[in-house]
This record gives sequence, structure tokens and C-alpha cells, in this order.
Amino acid sequence: MTVLDQPAPAHETPLLDVKDLAQRYTLPRENLFKPAAHVRALNGVSAQVTAGKSLGVVGESGSGKSTFARLVMALERPTSGSVSLLGRDLNQMPPDELRRARRDFQMVFQDPYGSLDPRQTIARIVAEPLTALGRMDRAALRERVATVLRQVGLRDADMDKFPHEFSGGQRQRIAIARALITQPKLIVADEPVSALDVSVQAQVLNLMQDLQDEFGLSYILISHDLAVVDLLCDEIAVMYLGRIVEQGSPQDLFAHGAHPYTRALLEAVPRARAGGVRRRRGAQPIASQSTGSAGCPYASRCVLADQHCRDTAPALRPVGQAHLAACHYAEAVMALPPAVAESG
Amino acid sequence: MSHATAPLIEVRDLGVRLNTSRGPAQAVRGVSFALRRGETLGLVGESGCGKSVTALALMGLLPDSAVVSGSVRLDGAELVGLSDSSYCKLRGNRISMIFQEPMTALNPMHTIGRQVAEPLRRHTGCSAASARKETIALLDRVGLPDAAKRVDAYPHQFSGGQRQRITIAMALACQPDVLIADEPTTALDVTIQGQILDLIADLVEERGMSMILISHDLGVIAENVQRMMVMYGGTVVESGATDAVFMRMGHPYTQGLFRARPRLGARKGTRLKTIAGTVPELADLPAGCTFADRCGIVEARCRVALPAAVGVGAGHDVRCLRTDVSMADAAGAVRV
Repeated sequence: MTVLDQPAPAHETPLLDVKDLAQRYTLPRENLFKPAAHVRALNGVSAQVTAGKSLGVVGESGSGKSTFARLVMALERPTSGSVSLLGRDLNQMPPDELRRARRDFQMVFQDPYGSLDPRQTIARIVAEPLTALGRMDRAALRERVATVLRQVGLRDADMDKFPHEFSGGQRQRIAIARALITQPKLIVADEPVSALDVSVQAQVLNLMQDLQDEFGLSYILISHDLAVVDLLCDEIAVMYLGRIVEQGSPQDLFAHGAHPYTRALLEAVPRARAGGVRRRRGAQPIASQSTGSAGCPYASRCVLADQHCRDTAPALRPVGQAHLAACHYAEAVMALPPAVAESG
Repeated sequence: MSHATAPLIEVRDLGVRLNTSRGPAQAVRGVSFALRRGETLGLVGESGCGKSVTALALMGLLPDSAVVSGSVRLDGAELVGLSDSSYCKLRGNRISMIFQEPMTALNPMHTIGRQVAEPLRRHTGCSAASARKETIALLDRVGLPDAAKRVDAYPHQFSGGQRQRITIAMALACQPDVLIADEPTTALDVTIQGQILDLIADLVEERGMSMILISHDLGVIAENVQRMMVMYGGTVVESGATDAVFMRMGHPYTQGLFRARPRLGARKGTRLKTIAGTVPELADLPAGCTFADRCGIVEARCRVALPAAVGVGAGHDVRCLRTDVSMADAAGAVRV
């Protein structure tokens, strides 16, 4: 919805334009005589990504962030809304054209152990997105694979090995190489470092930054780790129960978050410092996605909620420069002291 | 009162040798600590550093081929070399463990009520009816909504956070003296993580248990335990009171781990300080200091033999020959 820093000229189409995206899944029927229940995994989500910029999506499990990723990757058809890449609606394309368009957007998955086929060589795994696009000369293909492997910090000689010969961090590099081989403009990364150790996580995050600087890539980074998103992204969308509840630059969100949920997420992050006293959080029931109540979906967990919140759902509205929040009391929340105070 | 001052669990020079596909590997070397009733200890380190093997050794759950050396005493009674049947009497009764993956730690084929009641039936010999009553009370205590109604439900009918509450109820059923929590919140969201850690802390306090908390997250360790040990390559490289360690980190590995974390409020484009190289395979650890190959201030003498632990403060030990350099360095690094 917003473009950060300086607004791009109006005539320039954004790299990715997501409009009012909604996805509804049907649950298994529990009663023969009643209609099956639905889950609203995504509820009118809009976002834009400018070329070379990155969008971070944070939220708890069940907030719809992975559904968002799958819809952006056109792995599923949305119930309503549109996903456009470079001005073309992915869901209106003929299948053949969509397959060719996939050159421009690739995905990196969370688990580097599950996402690489153990029976294929690294060369075949990394080359697969290219071979899926059309026939290619074998020598040229191997040359291309060698190039991307070098770009992610692996050696040419690794080409003929199998996934089990690599550590978790190296496997995630292979997964990134596979995404890079088609020279995409957008990489959707779903929790790319959450399965990795701290020291390896730092290496992969640095690599992702380097690749962005070198190729002008855009990332959509799905993560539950606010610090990771803060490090890599120009803009952050906080999701709760299928809606974006706050969106803006990391500085805005962390210095003066306008939605109580953003603040709750920040406060829940344990701080690594001396004298860290456990802060009492109190029980916070997770609201169900299938219940469609009228008011603010966060009201049941919110300390500031009043009757107005429970009756009327707040709309996502601007609360500052390129800063949106869906809270009736956003201004009051912004005036609270900043939640973030990491040591160092 | 001697009862209060004597350690509840005392581990001395614990060593574990595992038979791996790449030959024998010394997974744990020279781990020593003692915990009194009500004390909490944190174990930090990356995968393959030996923290989970240490926990399994305390629980007597290592594979038969593993060779355990040293001594583990619970209330003065030796546990190393104990027969399987005697260990079964302790496990789930006096020592309990909460596992990382609540999805796999529960049996999908049994109701949660049956699984929580199992240690009760086994160790206390109470009747099915009283075990059921006790189970409902336990599930209530760990904050499972509608415990009485949901006691006959199956694990798949619960969310991740609820399942972790159920495994906690299981671990606590027999009021154990020692609770080992192996990455209890790694599979959970941050907000749920907070609730689970609060719950564990309340229960530890309420029942006067000793707790060993294993985590790779320095933040979780900083906020939840009194003392901590940092493990690397099967050895404890730094140990001390949590506040003392976070105030003055002595070992280059602890410092590296701390600096490698992405932290909130860092601007985009900040480069993370990585630790060069990767965690060594346990089967081919370097001869001297296990961290030597990745250390920024390594010297020839570091590679000769495993350095001894050096005291750098009250109860704060660092297994490094170059604490004079590393700690001068750290004083600045931690403050920046």
C-alpha cells in the first residue's frame, strides 16, 4: 500500500502489487445437515513491493503469513483479490504463460532438510527451475549452476554431491542458489533462517543482504523473528488473523508502534542482557479464525479494548508518513514509550 | 539444615562417548555442576555441542552403545551404571524431561488423559479413577482450558502451545525433583513462548524443583535461569551466574554467539558478525581447544591440549588460555 523513502513516480508500476487478497478454506464437514465451516486465512490484504526493496511479514502461527506467501507465488488461487507482478495479474494468465512468468519470482523454504530432494545431485536440484522453463544445453546449464553456486559461497566441485553431504547452512545456500538461477526479481523466503544455528543464521542473512545489493532483488521475508525482519526489510507488515494490522518502516514500528499487537510481539522477545527479569505476560487466548465477530479481531487480547472496539472493526488507516495501523486508538498507542530496548 | 545446602543433583566430570557412523565420538567431556533444590541452570550452545546428549545422559536415555563416564548423583545416590529397571523407577518420577517437539513427544494414538496419567499409574500405583482426577487437576494447573472435558481428546485436537502444556503436565505428574526442559519453546511463537516459560517458572518455584533449561536462545537463558553454562564441542567453555556472564563474557565463542544474533533496532544493512567456519563434527574434534579452528585470537599453545577452566570472577569460569585478551576485548564489545 505504501512505498517507502521517496514515493516512486506514479507512472512506474511496482514490482509486486497485491490487492485486497482473500483466501477462504473449507473445513471438513462436522455435521451432515449443516454447511461446512470456513477458515478465513486471509482477509483483504493489500501490499506493494518496489523493485529492490523488501517487505517483511511477521505474525504468530495462524496469522496467514504462509498463505500470503503461497498466494504471491501463485501456488494457490485466491478466493478473491489479485496478485500482479510487473503489472500482470498472475491468476488471469494462461497456465503456460504463468509457468514462464515464474522465472521472475522464486521461493526459498524454511527447512533446508526437507526442501532438497535427497536422491538428486546438487547440479540437478539447482538447475531444476531452468530446466522446467525449457530445454537447455547441458554444458551451458552446468556453467550456469557453477556461477550461482559461487555466488552463494559454495564451490563448483559441490555440483556432483548429494544434499546429505552438506550442513544446514550450506543446504540453505543451495536452496538460495536454486532460487537465484532464473535471475528472479523477487524471492519469497518463508522463515529462511529459523531452522539454522545462530552463527550460521548470521552467515545466511549476510549472504541475503549481499545478493540484494548485487542483483537488486526484492525479498518478501516471512518470519516470526522480528530482529531478522528488521535487519533485511524496508517495510514490515504485521499480520493478525488474516489481516494486516500495522504496516510501516521498521523504525516507525519499533520506535512508536501504533497497534497494541505489534507492541505485544516486541515485548515478548526475550532480551539477552544481564539482569534480564522475566516480564509477566499473563494469559492471552488466541482468537479463532473461524469465528467472525463484528469488532476488532484483537479485542479479546487487547489491554486497551473497550466496547467500541468490540462493536466496530477498525480499518487500516494512515497514522503517519507511510505508516498504517488498524486500531481505533492508534494515536494513543503511538504516544506510549517505545517497547524496544535491546542491550547494546 | 543440611538438607537445604546439600546439592540435589551433582554431576562430576561427566563424559559420553557415542558410536556414530563415522566412528566413536566423544560427545561430552568433563561436564560438572551441582544444583540445589529450587536452583535453575541454563545450557546454551549450537546444535551438536552436546547439550542434549548431556540431558539424555542424566535421564539415562542414551543408546546402549554409548559409554558414560564420571558420576551423576541424585540426592547422593549414583545414577551412572544404574540398571534399566532401577532407572525406570526414577524417570518420570524424580527426574522428568520436557521435550522440544510437542508434536512428536505425544503419542497420537492415545488420549492425552491416558498419557498424562501414565507416570502416575506407573510410579504411584494409584487407581485409574484417582489418576484421572489427578490428571484433570494437572491439566487445569498447566492452563489447559476445559480440562475435564478435553481429557479424552487426542493430541491432534490441540494447538502447539496446548500440546506443550500437556507435555509439561506429563513431566510434572509425579512431582519430580529435577526437571530438564530441552528447548521447550523452540517450536512455538514468541507470545506463546512467554506463557510457557512463565508457567515453567511458576511450577519450579511452587514445587521447589531444580531445573535445567536447554536453549540456543541467549535471550531465553538471560531471563529464565540463575546460572548458565555455554557448551561447545562437548565441553563447557564458560559457566557462571547468568548476570555475571552477560556482564563480562569471557570466552571468544560466547562473545561470537552474542554478536552473531540479529538484534532489534539494528538498521537495515547492518552486517552481522559471523563466527568463521562451522561447528566441528564430534567425530573429528581438534586436539586442543575445541574452538581453536574458529577462534579469532588462537595461538599455537591453544592447539596443544584442552585448556583448563580459569576463574575470572566469583563462580565464573572460562575455558580459555587467552582470557586476558578476550575479556579486555569483550568489555568494549558488549557495551557497544
